[in-house]
Amino acid sequence: MANDPTSGGATATAPTPDAPGFDERRTATPLQRIQHVLHAQPVLGPLAVLVIAIIAFSLVSGRFLSAANLGLVLAQVTVIAALALGQTLIILTAGIDLSVGAIAVFSSILMANMATKLGIPGALALIIGLVLGTAMGAFNGFLVTRLKLPPFIVTLGTLSIFFSLNSVVSRSETIRGSDMPPIMTALGDNAFSLGGFRVTWGSIIMLLMFAFFFYALSNTAWGKHVYATGDDIEAARLAGIRTDRVLLSVYTVAGLIYAIAAWILMGRLASASPNVGVEYNLDSITAVVLGGTSLFGGRGLVLGTLIGALIVGVFRNGLQLGGVDVVWQGTAIGLLVLVAVAIDQWIRKVRA
Amino acid sequence: MTHAATEEDTTATDLREPVLQAKGLVKRYGPVTAIASGDLELYPGEILAVIGDNGAGKTSLIKALCGAITPDSGEILLDGKQVHFRNPMEARLAGIETVYQSLAVAPGLDIADNLFLGREERKSGVLGSVFRMLDKKHMRSEAKRHMSELGVATLQNIGQAVESLSGGQRQAVAVARSAAFGSKVVILDEPTAALGVKEGNRVLQLIRDVRDRGLPVILISHNMPHVFEVADRIHIQRLGRRATVITPQSHSMSEAVAIMTGAAEPPPHSA
Repeated sequence: MANDPTSGGATATAPTPDAPGFDERRTATPLQRIQHVLHAQPVLGPLAVLVIAIIAFSLVSGRFLSAANLGLVLAQVTVIAALALGQTLIILTAGIDLSVGAIAVFSSILMANMATKLGIPGALALIIGLVLGTAMGAFNGFLVTRLKLPPFIVTLGTLSIFFSLNSVVSRSETIRGSDMPPIMTALGDNAFSLGGFRVTWGSIIMLLMFAFFFYALSNTAWGKHVYATGDDIEAARLAGIRTDRVLLSVYTVAGLIYAIAAWILMGRLASASPNVGVEYNLDSITAVVLGGTSLFGGRGLVLGTLIGALIVGVFRNGLQLGGVDVVWQGTAIGLLVLVAVAIDQWIRKVRA
Repeated sequence: MTHAATEEDTTATDLREPVLQAKGLVKRYGPVTAIASGDLELYPGEILAVIGDNGAGKTSLIKALCGAITPDSGEILLDGKQVHFRNPMEARLAGIETVYQSLAVAPGLDIADNLFLGREERKSGVLGSVFRMLDKKHMRSEAKRHMSELGVATLQNIGQAVESLSGGQRQAVAVARSAAFGSKVVILDEPTAALGVKEGNRVLQLIRDVRDRGLPVILISHNMPHVFEVADRIHIQRLGRRATVITPQSHSMSEAVAIMTGAAEPPPHSA
């Protein structure tokens, strides 16, 4: 399914700019050329899948391409995309974060409870919540770098801890948006509307975060060090990079991103609920993987993750509009993930 | 320093003044003695090969010189001054660049990124100081210059990922990086081990080029033909100490192997 669009895209750009002296590329089969193109341009594959999906769903349902529906897709995707951005940074370092949903939901519960139960002013409650979310990310980073525990195990543990603390603090009660200071849910408000295509402040902040980290990863030394650390941590260390610092910074920054996503989440739901985040862990990883970022680290782009999150949103929305039973959505997304990982493995085999 | 003024007169004495010197280094791991007495001299403008059987202590000796391990006792002198390296970064800052056998390149990053990995250059002004923006253009042109200075002309595209390069080309990137930033000494650990004949010869030429640009080189290798082809002097390590130092002119390859394995008595230093 995902191979057809990529082959179409690749034949158009088939003559790769071959550097002279690379004999092995001379006799490349069309399939190998696709492999090279996807290796050099990892965003092409996900982009092709997104475009094909949009075309397919617009054929299935006339309502799909309506401005109102596209606005809905964007709103639905915003929180997942923001969480997947933090997840991308961690996966680029060859780690994984299972506590992403727990940190986001716990942060939103902390913010809402501080503002309503403790009577802290809204803006201050938000700032303290952002600091606490950042601290939760830093705690993951501390365990990964100081205790040298594998990220999978660390975040499996903190997933449990944060969700449990979340239940303690929230007493499993949902706080309604109408009980909170308006600033807490302000990101759910529309920033502007273009003929029914509504864009919330939350979506704008999410896009700004993507723009910021696109720049940071591609244009700063920190970005190069993140890639180098994920690519080959021993090589990065020998090259003089303080890999522990890089890892700690990545987990900490991810925590901040999750806390900002928590703010967006309160606006989207117009409430702070302790029971929403369970599916966020896997959805964020799904978006990262669909976006072409390798789970083995060192390869990927935040732009791909944005596309990956949109793919998830488009599939969920499109299948629903097409009248497919909700229970099949998971199957469709799951198949997409398996295909994406298989293609990633295949692309990684490009070796001189 | 009066170095520049009296260069001609001091050339002779300079030759006897080692750039890098190890005296009586000892390194033990529990009951195992890796270096019993580590001595080594590297003189300006030479390629010093270090050979020895497995377990002779050559790797430990080199690791001590590049800061990867800290010797239990003994001293290391750089330009006649005693130095203590606690980690490879300190040795590197002092001007000793090492190309490890594992190359220490990030395969996903391109050639220019790899050359500047860990010492990226930022743009001047606000873009660099506030926005931390890298000066990619400058790094690329510098990378290109360093690569072409070493005669690696086939690498046209400096923006190419290192993983798409052949073994010899990757080695060339690693050597170019050490030559570009090493101000005193370049240490190469088995640079030709994984390469074919043609690529191995190209790397040997690279090593000569580095020396001819004025940087002394320590070459650790198991490959006797390569050692005898490029080395000015050959340091033979045996049983944790220096057995002797010979030159490719004074001894044959089989004699060197005999000394290395203990089949022949080490001759007094002939170099």
